[in-house]
Amino acid sequence: MLRNLLLATLLIPPLAYADGGKPILNVSYDVTREFFKEYNPKFVNYWQQKSGQTITINQSHGGSSKQARAVADGLEADVITMNQPGDIDILYQRGKLLPKDWQKRLPHASSPFTSTTVFLVRKGNPKKIKDWDDLAKPGVSVVIPNPKTSGNGKYSYLAAWGYAEKKYGGGDKARDFVTKLFRNVPVLDTGGRGATTTFVQRGIGDALLTFENEVQLIKNELGGSDFEVVYPSVSVLVEAPVAVVDKYADKHGTRATAQAYLEYLYSDEGQELAAKHYYRPRNEKVFAKYAAERFPDIALFSVDEVFGGWDKAQKIHFDNGGTFDQIYTK
Amino acid sequence: MSSAVLTYSPGAIRISAATQEAAWVRWGLIALALGWLALFLFVPLAAIFTEAFRKGLEVYWASLVDPDALSAIKLTLIAALIAVPTNLVFGIAASWAIAKFDFRGKQILLTLIDLPFAVSPVIAGLIYVLLFGAQGWFGQWLSDHDVKIIFAVPGIVLATIFVTVPFIARELIPLMQAQGTEEEEAAVTMGASGWQTLWRVTLPNVKWGLLYGVILCNARAMGEFGAVSVVSGHIRGLTNTLPLHVEILYNEYKFSAAFAAASLLAGLALVTLALKSFIEWKTGAELRASNEENSHEH
Amino acid sequence: MAIARTWKSHSVLPGFGLALGFTILYLSLIVLIPLSATFIKSAELSLGEFWAVVTAPRALASYRLSFGAAAIGALLNAGFGLLTAWILVRYTFPGKRLVDAFVDLPFALPTAVAGIALTAVYAPNGWLGQWLEPLGIKVAFTPLGVVVALTFIGLPFVVRTVQPVLEDLEAEIEEAAACLGANRWQTFARVLLPALWPALITGFALAFARAVGEYGSVVFIAGNMPMISEISPLLIITKLEQHEYAGATAIAVVMLVASFALLLVINSLQWWVSHRHGRKQ
Repeated sequence: MLRNLLLATLLIPPLAYADGGKPILNVSYDVTREFFKEYNPKFVNYWQQKSGQTITINQSHGGSSKQARAVADGLEADVITMNQPGDIDILYQRGKLLPKDWQKRLPHASSPFTSTTVFLVRKGNPKKIKDWDDLAKPGVSVVIPNPKTSGNGKYSYLAAWGYAEKKYGGGDKARDFVTKLFRNVPVLDTGGRGATTTFVQRGIGDALLTFENEVQLIKNELGGSDFEVVYPSVSVLVEAPVAVVDKYADKHGTRATAQAYLEYLYSDEGQELAAKHYYRPRNEKVFAKYAAERFPDIALFSVDEVFGGWDKAQKIHFDNGGTFDQIYTK
Repeated sequence: MSSAVLTYSPGAIRISAATQEAAWVRWGLIALALGWLALFLFVPLAAIFTEAFRKGLEVYWASLVDPDALSAIKLTLIAALIAVPTNLVFGIAASWAIAKFDFRGKQILLTLIDLPFAVSPVIAGLIYVLLFGAQGWFGQWLSDHDVKIIFAVPGIVLATIFVTVPFIARELIPLMQAQGTEEEEAAVTMGASGWQTLWRVTLPNVKWGLLYGVILCNARAMGEFGAVSVVSGHIRGLTNTLPLHVEILYNEYKFSAAFAAASLLAGLALVTLALKSFIEWKTGAELRASNEENSHEH
Repeated sequence: MAIARTWKSHSVLPGFGLALGFTILYLSLIVLIPLSATFIKSAELSLGEFWAVVTAPRALASYRLSFGAAAIGALLNAGFGLLTAWILVRYTFPGKRLVDAFVDLPFALPTAVAGIALTAVYAPNGWLGQWLEPLGIKVAFTPLGVVVALTFIGLPFVVRTVQPVLEDLEAEIEEAAACLGANRWQTFARVLLPALWPALITGFALAFARAVGEYGSVVFIAGNMPMISEISPLLIITKLEQHEYAGATAIAVVMLVASFALLLVINSLQWWVSHRHGRKQ
């Protein structure tokens, strides 16, 4: 009986299925919702003209580590669009869903655009938050998503660490600084979007640390006059990598579509759209076109430069018993 | 007949002056209790509908006929349509075995039936990931045979079934125990088959309790969040149930749309409560009627 | 008709084997085998590792919060649930039937909906939160928010266990107490309360058991801060999201064992109560 019912559900066709080409599933992180909502129809259009197929693109969003975990557990994504390579490396480490050197397959280490971590403060900046030091002062409350479950939080953490290392020197001093900063964090949401809700809708915190694109979205869409954007003196370069998940794309027979879907991100249309949503485009012409208006020039360091790559950063800082855990359980 | 079960009769109480409180105490207590209920029940419920209609009827309507919302509603209905009948069959079988027969280990069996009620929904989701996830026990086999359970409809249905296992069984067992076995024994002695007895004697006797269990089971099945959230994969239009859709909208700052979807679920809850009250009123009336009959007989 | 039935091991009724067989098969497939997966998965850890995971400071803090807030919520519900049952049984007031029906709302309302509704009400800029904020009371995103959510979840239990017992109580006993010179409070404390104890405790235990594992309503209103406002089910999710399957299942095992023990207590309690009740008749 139960078995029959289960079989019956297996036979129910997917709820959204267009004629023609096979649908592809893009599993992404939390704050790309608005971008892909606009990008997907553009690509569908482009792909129809190019190949004659009408396809459907399904989207799934959430904290990046959670999303990566879901794909490793069998959420059959054709493409994965994350904000740091560690969450895609996982797919190689757990189940060999794609090759080890996946990052070499597309330009700019497979990241079609970049971003950085900046601050959003309340109107008039009552706590006078100008730079990282102000976040670690007593009495300031800072909202950051959980570095253990979101790339967004990891970048915020690493940005603070990198700043402290440059200013005060490495080791214990950087650690003390980051410890002080995280003492000021009252809420750790599992993803970037939850953090935004906490700061904006629930009125918690004096500053929100999140990606530049998210900050601008909040300012533009959710009562721009209530908030101000603060660019710190230095921050981290966020490189958002994308990849075809070979195993699933091959299984679904969608490799060509998936590949084109990612390559289209590098096209002028894709890059323009990225800039429109405040992602910093890799295409220099497009970047130059919007730089003055949208992308203030601040000093950015990459994770490779300061932390020797994501592998190392993950092991030292975010793995179980790593620096972040030590800071928190003290 | 003084031990008649009066569970359902509201306010049928014999009060004399000596056992009555002063008016100010009475009204004070009523005010205190209503204040408590207001803080936890009425104000939150009002908040759902107010927030849902904050941006007007048009926005409300638009957020309900959005294709993603519609497919979430569809999936929620599918999950409940499978979970409730499955658990209904289980509930009848379990209550037949437990209420009509005596056997060792009954207490343990009862506790096992209750287990899903006390197990955190998160664990309910987790276990299916451990079993059917790509890294799980059956992951390889499922992948080789192209059967999807986790992050697809079957996983959502399974998680829903798990969390609603106890509802119908727990409603039926005490009722069927109270009914005793005389009527069934008489039917069987007169030559009725087991199925006929179940169908003609037992079930009609417990029909209201059965319906009550089904309603509660359905409410829980349509509203489950934690367990479904773990196994869903959150693909819009494909594996989002209505409660998950609420969360997604909430995370996209579409608060009015989120509360609009929430108001549908709250409406479902209100219908559930209304049906439940109706059933209680109905069983109460029948009980009173049969009690009167009994007292005439004696 | 009192319970005057004699239990017999042999019955003329058919279908015992089929019914019990199906029950056990179904429970095994849906509940037991899947649950056993947690035990087996957590066995990937050595005993020392298992112990280290389940007694890590963050895990301990989450148990404290989950069990502590559930206990506070259940206690609040025991008090106010008794009060609610009392006014519903003993008094008449306008809208009583409606109130009676609404008590079950937390059973019927999806937990995620409850979560966002409670957050809308108790957030610092929410309906009630804005009045509490100036008083220095923060509800949402603090452990207090967890208590609020768990109180909501457990609200119906005590009312629904106490109500029928209260209805069944004989008025004569109270009258007798009054005749013997007891005032209302003494009658309540010495006569009524002892009779209500078993129902109160059962309701408390049910509300507690339900609240300990609650997830949906809590994640919206709790701050989800490790060590402060992170409940155990959320810690399981977090561990899962960090790809620590064995760690997640180790915490799950602790919670499972606690739930099972709680249920055994509740069921024995109910069995004991009905037996005591039965003997009296």
